Amino acid sequence: MTALPQARLPHPGPRATHRTRRRPARRVARRAALNGCGVIVALVTLFPILWMVSTAVKPASELFSLTPHPLPAHPTLGNFAEVMNGKAAGLGISFWVFARNSLFVTISTVLLASVISLLAAVAVARFRFRFRSAYLVMLLIVQMLPPQAMVISLFVDFRGLGLLDNLGALILIYAAQALPISIWMLRNFVAAVPKDVEEAAAIDGAGPARIFWRILLPLVAPGLVATSTFSFITAWNEFIFALTFLGTDQGNYTLPIYVQYFFGRGTADWGGIMAASTLYTIPVVVFFLIVQRRMVGGLVAGAVKG
Amino acid sequence: MADTVDNRPPASGRLAGPANPGRRRLSPPAVGARPATTRDRSGHFIRRHRLGPYLLLVPSLIGIGLILLWPTVQIGILSFQNYGLGQVSGAAPTQWVGFSNFTNILTDSEFWLALRITVVFAVVVVVLTLVVGTLVGLLLHHLGRRMATFVSTAALLAWATPVVSASVVFFWLFSPDGGIVDWTLSKLPGWLGGGAHWAGFNWTTSGALPAYTVLTALVVWMSFPFIAVTVLAGLKTIPAELVDAARVDGAGPWRSFWRVTYPLMRPIFLVLLLLSIIWDFGVFTQTYFITGELGNRDEYNLSLYAYDKAFTMPPSYGLGAALALVLTIILLLITVGYVRASVRQGATS
Repeated sequence: MTALPQARLPHPGPRATHRTRRRPARRVARRAALNGCGVIVALVTLFPILWMVSTAVKPASELFSLTPHPLPAHPTLGNFAEVMNGKAAGLGISFWVFARNSLFVTISTVLLASVISLLAAVAVARFRFRFRSAYLVMLLIVQMLPPQAMVISLFVDFRGLGLLDNLGALILIYAAQALPISIWMLRNFVAAVPKDVEEAAAIDGAGPARIFWRILLPLVAPGLVATSTFSFITAWNEFIFALTFLGTDQGNYTLPIYVQYFFGRGTADWGGIMAASTLYTIPVVVFFLIVQRRMVGGLVAGAVKG
Repeated sequence: MADTVDNRPPASGRLAGPANPGRRRLSPPAVGARPATTRDRSGHFIRRHRLGPYLLLVPSLIGIGLILLWPTVQIGILSFQNYGLGQVSGAAPTQWVGFSNFTNILTDSEFWLALRITVVFAVVVVVLTLVVGTLVGLLLHHLGRRMATFVSTAALLAWATPVVSASVVFFWLFSPDGGIVDWTLSKLPGWLGGGAHWAGFNWTTSGALPAYTVLTALVVWMSFPFIAVTVLAGLKTIPAELVDAARVDGAGPWRSFWRVTYPLMRPIFLVLLLLSIIWDFGVFTQTYFITGELGNRDEYNLSLYAYDKAFTMPPSYGLGAALALVLTIILLLITVGYVRASVRQGATS
């Protein structure tokens, strides 16, 4: 996702100055057709999300009616209440316990991955050293290793260490998984900080630590936001390791495992399951919407040269 | 990838092109007459041997080495062992069994079915994702500002939805009991493929084709936004004059895409293609949910098959590891193509 090179562009020829003149009627029709396509694409894309939310606010009596309606006739927050007070999945544990577990894992992952990848990004962007290219190629390869394969040996290892049912183990794994992409993206942001600024500060008597805190860090902050988004999503969404590692202690479940547990009971309590999924989805969607400008910018900076 | 280390314009102002900027940056400002402390001495040692970059890399190397590289090597080791419940609990000694895990797999018809499902699914989903993503990217490029924001926000929401939520929602959409898709299909007229026989149709337990139809819809829905956004970013780098010139020459949208846009964006498409193959090959989470959480063995892909072998009682980590190794090797072969494409474009400089 990070190594998209820019297309090489030839210079536009002299012909480029000519523009076609189209009749206004045709242009209006074209615009209407495009907007129609846009509306259809947006609605099809939004439909599963809308259906999730509308199911979550439907009372059980409306779920299995012979003619499903997109909007509930009698919207209710009952499903959410049951998820909150822990009655829903029959666990007797409130949603907030799982939300706290997920938040703890996610925030720890983001912090750990940010610190480690910033150090590595400075090394790769600011120094020329032996094995530098080898290290970068290693990052490219490592981010492609399938977690569904690694989970088998990591399960054996962590079982030997007695670290199953342990959120700390998940944090270590998620942070490591987020590293390759974070380093790969951050190095561009570090490289984009003009060295002159740092050198000027050094001449003015600032030490390395001061240069780092006062100059480098503020300037790469947008990059950190972008990479944090990726590690946030990695940790918040991760399923297979949580499924395998968190077994017996339900109080340790992260949100995806809570939703899976609820789903797997086969109670067909779709109102409750959709309420739990909605609550699980909201934070990451909000996060996405807040950082979207920066994130798409960061993604493109990492993805497309220039 | 911008090679800012080398392509930087000459330093303006006070400092003109230091010979070794990396080292100079870290050198302390005029140490003066302070007595040399241990910290100074170790700093001196680090600079003298140019250890700075290596020290900065140590934490990432430890993390990646222990949690990503070593387990992959260990998969290789486990695949030659008879490693089960006795071994993992320490009750029985580890047994080396040579290639017997592999001969076991290769003579198992379930393996070949899982491999076929994995490959066919990857081909279908990769093609669909790239086509849909590119079309939406082109659409976003031509839409007005407000409409483009609306569509891209919708795509962003699909992209942001956690994979577990998306899987559970699609399971519910296609549920035989109250699902909207079966209801809609049962109301559609026959010439559109609808009919009453769709009511209560079970997409999960009716074999691989229905289950993977749902999975295709789910995976394409989740994956096309990334393609669309990347294609859009690529389109913005193409000067409008070029496309206009093609139109003046009488090329329609189809021709101007294949003759102008596609050749310019070919490197982007190549990387998107390879990434999509890697991501859609052996999808685990979505398949786990849509095929009904393990157990429907005729609907396994390689990932589910390996996971089932490894973890379903009685666990056989060795057999699972052999399957996981097959999956890893296939993905690594594709990754080699990806790395070569990236290196050729100067991504690691």
